[in-house]
Amino acid sequence: MSDETDKQNGAEATGRPERLKPNPPGYFEGESMTRRRAFTVAVQGLGGIAGAAIVLPAVGFAVAPIFHRGKERWEAVGPVSDFVEDTYRQVVFTETESIGDAGKTTAYIRRSSKQLGEEPGKYVAVSNRCAHLGCPVRFVEAAGNFICPCHGGVYDFQGKRIGGPPVRPLDQFQTRVRDGQVEVGPRFSVTSQLEPVRARDPGEFTGGVWEYLYPPRPSTFPPPSG
Amino acid sequence: MKLDSLIPAPLRKPAKPGAGNGAVKGPAPADLKTAPPERPSDAQRLGDKAKDAPADVLAWVDQRTAASGFLTGMLYRKVPKGTNWFYTLGSATLIAFVSQAITGVFLAMFYTPSTTQAYASIAHINNDVFLGQLVHGMHKWGSSVMVILVFLHMGRTFFFGAYKYPRELNWVIGVVLLILTMTMAFTGYLLPFDQRSFWASVVGININGTGPVVGPYLSDFLRAGPELGATTLSRFYAIHMLLVPGAIIALIGAHLYLVVKLGTTAPPWLKADKPKAAQPSSQLNAGVEGNGAAPANGASPAS
Repeated sequence: MSDETDKQNGAEATGRPERLKPNPPGYFEGESMTRRRAFTVAVQGLGGIAGAAIVLPAVGFAVAPIFHRGKERWEAVGPVSDFVEDTYRQVVFTETESIGDAGKTTAYIRRSSKQLGEEPGKYVAVSNRCAHLGCPVRFVEAAGNFICPCHGGVYDFQGKRIGGPPVRPLDQFQTRVRDGQVEVGPRFSVTSQLEPVRARDPGEFTGGVWEYLYPPRPSTFPPPSG
Repeated sequence: MKLDSLIPAPLRKPAKPGAGNGAVKGPAPADLKTAPPERPSDAQRLGDKAKDAPADVLAWVDQRTAASGFLTGMLYRKVPKGTNWFYTLGSATLIAFVSQAITGVFLAMFYTPSTTQAYASIAHINNDVFLGQLVHGMHKWGSSVMVILVFLHMGRTFFFGAYKYPRELNWVIGVVLLILTMTMAFTGYLLPFDQRSFWASVVGININGTGPVVGPYLSDFLRAGPELGATTLSRFYAIHMLLVPGAIIALIGAHLYLVVKLGTTAPPWLKADKPKAAQPSSQLNAGVEGNGAAPANGASPAS
């Protein structure tokens, strides 16, 4: 029922033309809205509040994981003597807890190499997650390359893309040494120059303007400095 | 016609205009004036009552719901000349969905949406449960059948020009149903939680993530976190069996309502009947119904 109808009804209800007509018609003296209109607005408002009280918590519940960052996790993967400069050693460790084998992931770890211009005394942990769409890549010793079985992505010894559809080098994990044990920690992504940036999902470019087109997610950890 | 007399009166085919009072030919319903003068035996009376019982029940319901008008209008609606087997693709899709819904409900009785137990529960369904492999197989292969039928149905609609005025909204609803069907296929693929479904979901979620700006957040939403984890599976399960099926059922209702309301189109190779009034042939060919797309229920497209 529109205001227009209310006004018309009000005009008709007054009947005799000689009597003082309310102006605008249908409204009492000094009224800004009719009773019907006031109730309509009030009921619609209450209905809206009731609806929001149900929908907003439910939606918040569903999207909350986007803004939640889990606990930082470090896992020892072997003594420092296990790792050498010229080849990788494959380790399997838990990236996501409490989901059994599905939460495990694979990293290829080596000692940092002076020949490649890396800071000595560090450990490089390359994720086996292909930067194309997330299939597991394998380090092929004979070729010295990482090769993805799904769509033919190929990465060099350092994890830089040298062929196939991947859009950036392989991700890495932070490493540290505690009590003679090499530990791996949170994942981070790298640009094409191997500069660390915040972890991105496979298929997303890194560096330059892509840092804005694929914004860093609150659920990931800051990259290691330097 | 013998069969007609078995259909309860409210659901009988409505009479054509000008074809008498619409009374069904054959034995007239017994009333006081035409009843035979001799009293029927008790057994006969009981038999008659039993025969009338279904009609009486239907009449009772009809009196309180007035559903018969809607039902006869839907069941006896006119379809255009040239309606052929291609017009069954929509119903076939509906049947595929109903099959998915029924088998899905029974699979849910045995399935455990937990990352550590999902695979074992599917193995249990396939290996131990009576007819479990059949029901699981119907659901698994039925999903492919449904996707294929959806596309065939869409192709029929496109090539027959059935998306044109006044049926554009039904095309739009159909596109949403297509997206929802693909969502079902995507979320259902993860549920067995074997190697294939795990990696397929990883790849699928990562494809979602390549959308600029919102993509990364969409991925996090789908996974409920930065990595595929414990809540991803239950999230996919909830989307697969609660959220999307509800939306599909509601939209199928709207889809069918518009089909009945607007009628179906004639195939494009069929020309409209010549109107009785003589008209120059040039005018005929230029007429709005020249493509044979007149709504079947006789209403003009503008109605």
